[in-house]
Amino acid sequence: MEYMNQFLKRRFLDQIAVMFGREAKKPTAISPEAQTIHLYKRGNRDLIAEKLHARAHAVHANKWRNRRWAVLIIANLMFTFSFWFDIQILEGALTASRFIGFHLIDLNSALQVMLAHKHIIVNLVIGTGTVFVLWLILGGRTFCSWVCPYHLLAEWAEKIHLDLVKKKLLTDQNIDRRLRTLSWIVFAVLALATGYTVFESISPTGIISRALIYGPGLALLWVLALLVFEIFFSRRAWCRYACPIGLTYGVVGIFSPLRIKYTLDGCFHEGDCRKVCLVPHVLDTVIKGRAVATEIPIGPDCTRCGLCVDTCPTGSLKFDVKGLSKLL
Amino acid sequence: MTENKLPADEAPDAVAPAPTSGPPGPAAKPPPSRERLQQARRRVLRTILLTGGVMGAALSGYLPLVYAQKKRLRPPGALDEKDFLSSCIKCGQCVQVCPVQAIKLADLVDGFGVGTPYIDAREQACDFSCDAVQCILACPTGSLVYKKPVFLGVRKGAKLAAAPILKAKEKDAEPTLNLSERIGVARLTRPEACLAIQGKGFKGQVRGAAFKGRMRYMDVNRWKPIRVAEHPYDIAECDLCVRECPVKGAISIETVFAPDGSKRKSPVVHEPCVGCGVCEMICPVEPTCIVVEAREVWNT
Repeated sequence: MEYMNQFLKRRFLDQIAVMFGREAKKPTAISPEAQTIHLYKRGNRDLIAEKLHARAHAVHANKWRNRRWAVLIIANLMFTFSFWFDIQILEGALTASRFIGFHLIDLNSALQVMLAHKHIIVNLVIGTGTVFVLWLILGGRTFCSWVCPYHLLAEWAEKIHLDLVKKKLLTDQNIDRRLRTLSWIVFAVLALATGYTVFESISPTGIISRALIYGPGLALLWVLALLVFEIFFSRRAWCRYACPIGLTYGVVGIFSPLRIKYTLDGCFHEGDCRKVCLVPHVLDTVIKGRAVATEIPIGPDCTRCGLCVDTCPTGSLKFDVKGLSKLL
Repeated sequence: MTENKLPADEAPDAVAPAPTSGPPGPAAKPPPSRERLQQARRRVLRTILLTGGVMGAALSGYLPLVYAQKKRLRPPGALDEKDFLSSCIKCGQCVQVCPVQAIKLADLVDGFGVGTPYIDAREQACDFSCDAVQCILACPTGSLVYKKPVFLGVRKGAKLAAAPILKAKEKDAEPTLNLSERIGVARLTRPEACLAIQGKGFKGQVRGAAFKGRMRYMDVNRWKPIRVAEHPYDIAECDLCVRECPVKGAISIETVFAPDGSKRKSPVVHEPCVGCGVCEMICPVEPTCIVVEAREVWNT
């Protein structure tokens, strides 16, 4: 296993706090190795300018985005086709399903049901446990960007939003990220107190998943309202500031071996990664002078979408499986 | 490329000197500028706006429950409504296993019930052609159960006196259906229009040629339900609700006394009725003479 020094340990805890809504702060302590690199980079402005120029002509890759979209679409269509053609591979919807007979239950939906119903049957435990282990291995919020159908729609809406921003027709109205933690708590308390799975009635993930499988309904109007809000008002507002599912899976991903790894050495601190990122606060470490070590795993709020990997012109951000790179 | 403004408090501190590992001195922060304060205030307002919007949308789910127009007939084995709504994970696995696709998922107008399964018996009743209440088997959260867990009470009259015997499997070694509670009770709501009471027969397709409802007919194919429209009838005295009822002893044509004291024939519902709704679907009169009262119990 990877040696985790005190600087990384501290950052690990910081990133958990950041996931719950704290603002990313400048580090107070930086490892000597990283400090050397920071120092060296300060005296190399011309080289950076040169590289920046070269970068401007570079071709933009969409490798990970294309893979991810393919996985997301196939995963959702598997549900649809299983029902339509009665092939019984993946029966159910994203909230709960059976993959060739094995129960899979979405962690947040399961949590809502457990809190509201206050009774847990064996199948619920099996399904929840399976999904927990699955996403623990695969990275927690990987669910968001690689499976959640709302994520894909929101990504397209984001393109429109960014286009409008570029034309100076509007600016992104950012919102306090602590709201997501609050909404997680409020919906958990509501489920417990009212006995209704309140969040499930507005979860765009569930609504879209069911619409794809069982046909569209009026509930899609709520999804549309969210998308309109995101296009004209606040970039990726639902995923960034409101969705408790993201936080649930984020917590699962805290100890996940699959993550994005940042390498300080080759980074030119151009900041393109932070511009494409759904959760730019996890990439605060790429800001010049902030990396506490030479190699830094990105925090648990990261959805492992790979947009930064695609965007980074220097390969400083890469997918990484903890321990595996050492083995190979 | 660089037009994409980062929030002021997250702007790259490219010009700032690299922080040292030494302890930072006491905070000598200058007071935030007016503009900065205004930005912060606006952000608080936006946060409140989004919170309000999300909570408003979420809690509006209460309204349909408060103003519930009619009760939904739930799939067999459903818990009592409150428990059902709290335990259903809205995945639709029950929808997927139903051979006649009797189960549908509720939409936004059902509030907290959005995505929960229900049966519109007049359009497509549950005829138990799966032989085994597969929707219960498919349910991952125990919203549909063969038998309620002990801590959930059974409403008086909801419990079936005996396991219902399925007419289709009457000759099988195990003729009963694994179901302990009824989901409703059939009731003759419009006796004046009932063909049986009037002594009339029925000839042709019940519900017309366009009707999409399906049913399993044992004399056609035990394993494959067909459209009701493909199975025309020619009956001298209408007894469709009795003839097609899948449960043994749930309904029969009896001689009863009319309000004026005269004797007449009439369909009579008995205790074994589970509330599946086949009688409601098959009734050839428009609107139907017999309906299933969702969540109704048997009153002796």
